[in-house]
Order: sequence, then C-alpha cells, then structure tokens
Amino acid sequence: MTSRPHPDPEQGSGHTAEAGADLRLSAVTKRFGEFTAVNALDLVVEQGRFFALLGPSGCGKTTTLRMVAGLEEPTSGTITIAGRDISRLRPYKRPVNTVFQSYALFPHLDIFENVAFGLRRRGISEVRSKVHDMLELVELGGYEKRRPAQLSGGQQQRVALARALINRPQVLLLDEPLGALDLKLRRQMQIELKRIQTEVGITFVHVTHDQEEAMTMADTIAVMNQGVIDQMGSPAELYDNPATTFVSNFLGQSNLVRAAVVATRGDDLVVEAYGCTLAAPGSRARRTEGTVWLGVRPEKVFLARAGAEAAEASGPAGANVLTGGVVSDVSFIGVSTQYLVRMPWGQELTVFEQNSGAHDTFRPGESVDLRWSADHTFLLDADQDAHAGDQSYAELVGTPSA
Amino acid sequence: MSAVQTGAVVGGSLGPHTDRVEPRPKGSRTGYLLLLPGMLWLLLFFAVPTIQLLATSLYDPNGSLESGYAMTWHFGTYLDVLSAYRAPFLRSLGYAVSATVLALVFGYPLAYAIAFKAGRWRNLMLVLVIAPFFTSFLVRTLAWKSILADNGFIVSGLQAVHVLGPDGRLLATSVAVVTGLTYNFLPFMVLPIYASLEKIDLRLVEAGKDLYANGVTSFRKITLPLSMPGVVAGTLLTFIPAAGDYINAQLLGTPQQYMIGNVIDNTFLVQLDYPVAAACSVILMAAIVLMVLVYVRRAGTEDLL
Repeated sequence: MTSRPHPDPEQGSGHTAEAGADLRLSAVTKRFGEFTAVNALDLVVEQGRFFALLGPSGCGKTTTLRMVAGLEEPTSGTITIAGRDISRLRPYKRPVNTVFQSYALFPHLDIFENVAFGLRRRGISEVRSKVHDMLELVELGGYEKRRPAQLSGGQQQRVALARALINRPQVLLLDEPLGALDLKLRRQMQIELKRIQTEVGITFVHVTHDQEEAMTMADTIAVMNQGVIDQMGSPAELYDNPATTFVSNFLGQSNLVRAAVVATRGDDLVVEAYGCTLAAPGSRARRTEGTVWLGVRPEKVFLARAGAEAAEASGPAGANVLTGGVVSDVSFIGVSTQYLVRMPWGQELTVFEQNSGAHDTFRPGESVDLRWSADHTFLLDADQDAHAGDQSYAELVGTPSA
Repeated sequence: MSAVQTGAVVGGSLGPHTDRVEPRPKGSRTGYLLLLPGMLWLLLFFAVPTIQLLATSLYDPNGSLESGYAMTWHFGTYLDVLSAYRAPFLRSLGYAVSATVLALVFGYPLAYAIAFKAGRWRNLMLVLVIAPFFTSFLVRTLAWKSILADNGFIVSGLQAVHVLGPDGRLLATSVAVVTGLTYNFLPFMVLPIYASLEKIDLRLVEAGKDLYANGVTSFRKITLPLSMPGVVAGTLLTFIPAAGDYINAQLLGTPQQYMIGNVIDNTFLVQLDYPVAAACSVILMAAIVLMVLVYVRRAGTEDLL
C-alpha cells in the first residue's frame, strides 16, 4: 500500500504555480459497439479547480467520468493525473474517488463504517478521528451509528461526499450528485459543495445536465455535446461568448437571427438581417464572412415603441435595432417580464425586461422595435442548427436536442 | 413432517418486518378478518396435530393401537428414546450439516454465476436448476443408486485413480447418503441465494472498487454480506428438510446410515410404537427449532431480511 501525495487542505483552491496534479485526457475515445459515446476528447483540468462537465443526457459526460474513475476502459487515448498514466489502472488503484449519482451507500454498514470504508481498505490509522472530522465537515456529527436508509436524501448525499472526500483523492468525481434532491435542497447543497471544495482544495470534476448548477458552482465549465466538448471556459465566458448554437441555447437562452456579414468597420463587423443593418464586435464573431447566426441574449434586449427615436427609447445609444416586431405574448414572472415578439419574417424572439419600473410595459398586439448594445451581439457559424441544445424546442417538436 | 416444520420456522423467521408500518387506526377489523382463514387452517392442521403429537409422546408406552393408549404423562419415553436412538439422532444432524455445507459450497458459486455472469443464459440456467423437480423425488434418488453403483463409472473411475480401493464402494455408505441429500436440496440453496444476489445494486460493487477494494475484498465486504439473507434462507431450507429426511438413507444407505427419519418411519409404521415415534419427532423438532434460533441470531441478518 503506497501512500500517495495529496493536496494540502490548507493550500486554498489550488492557484499554486505547480500544475502537478492536473487531470489530463488526451484523445480519449469510448465506443460501445457501433455507438461512439466519447469521441477523441482532449481535456485538461487544473489542480484545485471546481470543474463542471455540462451536457444533455447521452452526451458522454458520465462515460467520461467513469473512464476517469476506472469503471469504463477507454477504447483509445490516455488519462493522466500528475503526469502518471492511469488509463489502464484498476479503479481501486487510482487516486480518484467518486460521489455516485445514486449515492451507492452500503446499506449493510452504518454511517461510520461507510465513511471509514476507503481508509480501512488502505490500512490507514486514526480512522476514528478522521471519520469524526469528516462527518463534522459535512455537518453530520452524531449520525455515526445510523444506517443509510434512516437518513434523508440530502443527508445521504453528504455521507456519499464524506465517504469519497475522506480519502483525500487527487481528483474527486461527482456524477450528478444533486440530481435526486428537491430544488430547495439542491440550491443549499450547491453552496455547501462549493464551500467544501474551497475548504479542502481538492480538484472537483462535476458532471451535470443542469446549466444553472454548473454555473453556480464551477469555475470552469466544459459543455459537452455528442461525445465532444463544444466549448470550455468560465461560466461568464461561455454565457457571453458562446462558440456554437448548442452552447448558446444550452446555457441560458439565445435569440438567433439569420444574417449576412457585409462589411468590416474598425474592430466591428457590419451585418444585415432582413433589411436591418446591425453591428457586432469582431472579438465575438465565430465567423467573419458570409451567412451567420446573429445572436443576442433575451435580457440584453430592450423593447421600444415602434419608430421611437433612440433618445426617447430606453435602449442604449448606438444600438442595434430590429424593427417591425409585434408583441405576441407577455408573461409576468415577478422580477422580470418575458415578451415574445413576432418579427416580420415570422420568427419569434424572446425579450426579458427587468421589472424595475424604468421601462414602458407593452401589451400583446403592440408594435415594437428591439434594441440592444452592439457589444452584446455575437455571431455564430450558420451551418449549425439554430435549435441545437434548445431543450424547450426539443420538447415542443419531439426531437432530441443534441 | 419436515414440510410442516419448514413452513413454520421459515415463515416465522423470514417474515417481513413490520416495524416501519404505521399503526392501523383502532377499530379496523380488516386485518384480523384477512388473517382468519390462514389462522384457522394452521389451527386445524398445525396446532392441533402438534398438540396431539406432544400428547402421544407422553402416553403410557405399554399401550398399543389395539388396546388404546392411556395418558400417563410418561416423560420417561424421552429418556428412553434419547439413549436408544442417540446414534441416528447424531447421524441426522451430522448428515444434514454436511449436506448443507456442501450445498452451500456448490450452490453459492452457481447462484453467483447465474446472477452476474450468465447474461442471456440466465433464465435457461434457472430453469435447469428447477428442472429436477419435474421428476419425482423418489425417482431422482433411485437414479443416484445407479450412478453410485459398484459397476458404475464413478466408482470405477475413482478406483482407477486409487481414490477408492479395488473393493471400495460408494453405494451404501455415508458418502452416498450425504451426496443424495446434497443433490436433492441443492435448488433450495441456490434459489434464495440467487434471489439475494440478483437484488444487489451493482453500483455498490463499483463504489467498493472506487474505495480501494479489489475484487476479493469487495466480494467479502459488500457482495457476501448483502447476500447473507439468501445464505441464511438457503441453509435453513436445506438443513431443516435434510435433518428430517429418510428417503436418501433408505435408498442409498444401509441401516448403518439410518437417520432419525428412518427411525420415526419405522416406529410409526412398522412397530406401531406411537409414543416412541412421537417422542422422536418432538425431539427432532425441538432440536431443529433451537439450532435455527441460535443460527439466525448468530448470523445477525434480521435487519437485512
């Protein structure tokens, strides 16, 4: 039994210079018969990160996690931790631990023995005090003698976390750990998980299909779609500057309008969409010529009465304007109001207006213009499906979103 | 008689736990009404005969079927029986324990293979485990007579490799009786263990591997403990009927291999000595109940059952 180096809990969240314990996947592929679950995946997770693998069900994120855990063997490619190739190691020889989706607590053992399981297997001493400390960390002190079945879902979830974390793995894998909890508890556990991760400083790789969960907790998100990573970055980067229609729809919502790049003006691109001339910053253009998807987030858009001058409209000056819209639906949701606006070319665009009292409100049937700052415009390759990753659309038309 | 014991003991110890069921609102008689037919049946065909059996064992041993028996509370019969039939008693327990251990040794791996390794052959294998029941117990035991016969291939094979001497034989030995018992009760071992194993969430085994348990350790610490309810049920379902069995000893053994079942059979039906036969039955029943209680307590699987 060799003792492994493990990250010092006092060290903080791993912004140390030595990238020693990075998790690195190189060209990892997993096929199940004809089906390619994970396709030539390259991924680096820096030590101490809270990393989220985000994607719809069936995108290969759980398979990726299981390959890191050693529960699936990659068809090809290598997985290394701290430079050591672990791709062919047995799961019990890897410096990783997993929090399973179903928790997979041992029903025949009490909470103490569940948490102590990994320590006992490795013959580590001071089991009692270590288990005690770990149960304190997850706020389950005093539950040692209970059986898993006697705990609530949230408590079981924390036992599962403690059972994995106590081994001080180099990487902790979390497979949809909050999926079985109700919304309120999930919110609470998201904050809790983030706190614990900061406290112990271990690399967390968190698999989820819940974009809000990923954005709340992770400092880096990789959006996965059909076995490959579409885009990777901080939550804000992904949200503000999506690289694909899939990312733009899967993280939040997007209005995508077909447009053509007609000119370059300084750092900006000039595009034309259905007779309106609009601008987009070159830095946010994934394609700089020909046909594109012009994208803008619904909350970035302001509504103005049709024909109103920029000065009297509440939108930003020097803005992009799409004219000729007619409000087709209004839903009041407390903090904001959601408008659906039908454009002359038949497309319905979504606008979220804060209910700050600073804007006019509109009723269905009113004619409006859509205004937003050119800086909030992004351009995507038009060869992609505009509805990729749009789950409400997928439900509507009954096709898989991916 | 072994069938009656099996039903009673197993039903009692393996019954579902009711401690999490909320108390029924008072005044509801539905539960009692539902119990009524079963209770009546048990009263008529289990409780009354058991009391009758106890009473018979205490009758005056000098009576006979023709002259009738007088109730004399003659506890002495028990002492007489224990000294006269001590050998068959001990033999019964010894054979039953051996057969149970062997059935466990053969049955557990078989159940494990069916549950985890059989894939699409699983159902076929289960049918094959049950298939022997399509023929009668007697016919199957008689078949072992020819399998173990002196000129059979097993005996000649064992003689060829000098495990058995040139005059060695299997039939009419303890080995034959234990073999027969093991064979006949093997399905009762395999099926409950299979049912237990099949219920195990394989993610628990994965969790074990994730927590540094290699194959052997995860079997020892996870799979085996979780299959203990099946092991306990299987050993009881094998041990109890095996201890009361007399067919295997009669067909595959000689009077030197006779078990207590043979004694009871003989005293009831041939010697017509009812008090002695009844006392043997009561002792066997008491011994089994006692051993089963100790065993179940020791196994400590109550909360898994």
